Amino acid sequence: MNIVVLVKQVPDSGADRNLRNDDNTVDRGSANNVINEMDEYAIEEALKIKEAHGGEVTILTMGPDRATESIRKALSMGPDKAVHVLDDALHGSCAVATSKVLAAALGQLNADLVICGAESTDGRVQVMPHMIAERLGVAALTGARKLTVDGATLTVERQTEEGYEVVTAATPAVVSVWDTINEPRYPSFKGIMAAKKKPVQTLSLAELGVAADEVGFDGATSAVVEHTKRPPRSGGAKITDEGEGGVKLVEFLATEKFV
Amino acid sequence: MSEVLVVVEATKEFGVKKVTLEMLTLARELGTPSAVVLGGAGAAEALSGKLGEYGAEKIYAAEGDEIDGYLVAPKATVLAELVKRVQPAAVLLASAQEGKEIAARLAVKLDNGILTDVVGLDADGTATQVAFAGSTIVKSKVTKGLPLVTVRPNSVTPAPAATTPAIEQLSVSVTDTDKLAKVVERVAEQKGSRPELTEAGVVVSGGRGVGNADNFKLVEELADLLGGAVGASRAAVDSGFYPHQFQVGQTGKTVSPQLYVALGISGAIQHRAGMQTSKTIVAVNKDGEAPIFELADFGVVGDLFKIVPQAAEEIRKRK
Repeated sequence: MNIVVLVKQVPDSGADRNLRNDDNTVDRGSANNVINEMDEYAIEEALKIKEAHGGEVTILTMGPDRATESIRKALSMGPDKAVHVLDDALHGSCAVATSKVLAAALGQLNADLVICGAESTDGRVQVMPHMIAERLGVAALTGARKLTVDGATLTVERQTEEGYEVVTAATPAVVSVWDTINEPRYPSFKGIMAAKKKPVQTLSLAELGVAADEVGFDGATSAVVEHTKRPPRSGGAKITDEGEGGVKLVEFLATEKFV
Repeated sequence: MSEVLVVVEATKEFGVKKVTLEMLTLARELGTPSAVVLGGAGAAEALSGKLGEYGAEKIYAAEGDEIDGYLVAPKATVLAELVKRVQPAAVLLASAQEGKEIAARLAVKLDNGILTDVVGLDADGTATQVAFAGSTIVKSKVTKGLPLVTVRPNSVTPAPAATTPAIEQLSVSVTDTDKLAKVVERVAEQKGSRPELTEAGVVVSGGRGVGNADNFKLVEELADLLGGAVGASRAAVDSGFYPHQFQVGQTGKTVSPQLYVALGISGAIQHRAGMQTSKTIVAVNKDGEAPIFELADFGVVGDLFKIVPQAAEEIRKRK
């Protein structure tokens, strides 16, 4: 099975994250950038399917130059190769344009199965798998907490607000996964060394047949007008329980009219 | 005034979800709200009373297995046709999994911008969003097409405005491509009569400090006394104390209730990302240095197994 995993480099969610003051885009320059956590689960799932059914795993990333760090990190887990969509004109692209670019790249990669994280930790928008599936005219099985592959039939347990749904589709398809689906492997030393030699193909917009004015700020379908940092929350009263902690807690809740 | 389409979120068990009432309230500021029911047969009829109570002037309905038996794609197709026909002033969906997914497909079909996790929307289409776990407030606009926004639950206070909406059945013309992802089974795991986590006015969550699955009864008891939902930290979920769909945090649900009670939760960034926009935060933890106290409006340092039962008893006394 030819599997492509979408990997996004994001600012570390454990650190202070900001939008840039000059153009309101995510500040990727000063941040400590990492692989989007959920994508590691997507990579693990792809590797498990390859191990069970054979095939090839390709990483697909759209991002600036320094996304190379995350591509090598992804490859060190075990995928075979990577494709990096890299073009200065992409800066400032909205979700709709991003899906156009990724769909164009996927069109060239001829994937049976596209796996991605259910959302990225920076935008948390959750729209990319369905946008891509809509463009490619394939099924999207999103929010998977379990994925079963039986020949060309995919079955997914999809987490919902109320419980779960069992959903099936034939390949080709896009599957997005939550972090309950597996436990991602750590890259081995051997894997890290091997990743340095794995092929990473760079694709420009011209090579994808996407015009520069369809992406970036020119092609954006939405815009950030302004952004402000919210002052951090400050703690209020803190008491140490000396036998009456529960009562004091309820007294506080009563003054706030919750009891 | 032009129509504003509100895509209804509802469940079989509880009917119209609160976020739908919030969207109808918001839609009234922007134009004339029309509810869109995309679901199983008879859904619109069952929901019409409640939708009318909150100002839906009209209900568009697309119902049946063609709509409900597949993942979101048929719903997006029907909605796209409706948008092209009525040219609404805006389209509102819930900022939950399905709402975002329908909106995603609609955005591509119409080549239209999309804004998610919106907490406020002005008449000129300027949306307010919270980003980076609530640390940044963003004002944004759709610059191509109509305002297509997903609204985060608990952003607006629902206000009734009684109407008697007529139901218009839409002809369903979904394509074969829309039917590629077939729903084989739907399983409800929600327990009892507690409110849904993202919509609840009160959320009581337990963390690693709760110790085991059995002890979560304490968390549930307090939640029930406060009329709230139960949540859990990632540490508690990873340890198998509570099911994943109740996880609050960066990789779980984002909640923004009036009151958030954190029991035995240290307050790692992972968790804070999902709850720090809550209006009032209360914490109980045995470690006085735990970062959760930096957020808490009221914190008790001590043994939750003593404090929580005592608090529960005190609430019962006052009732």
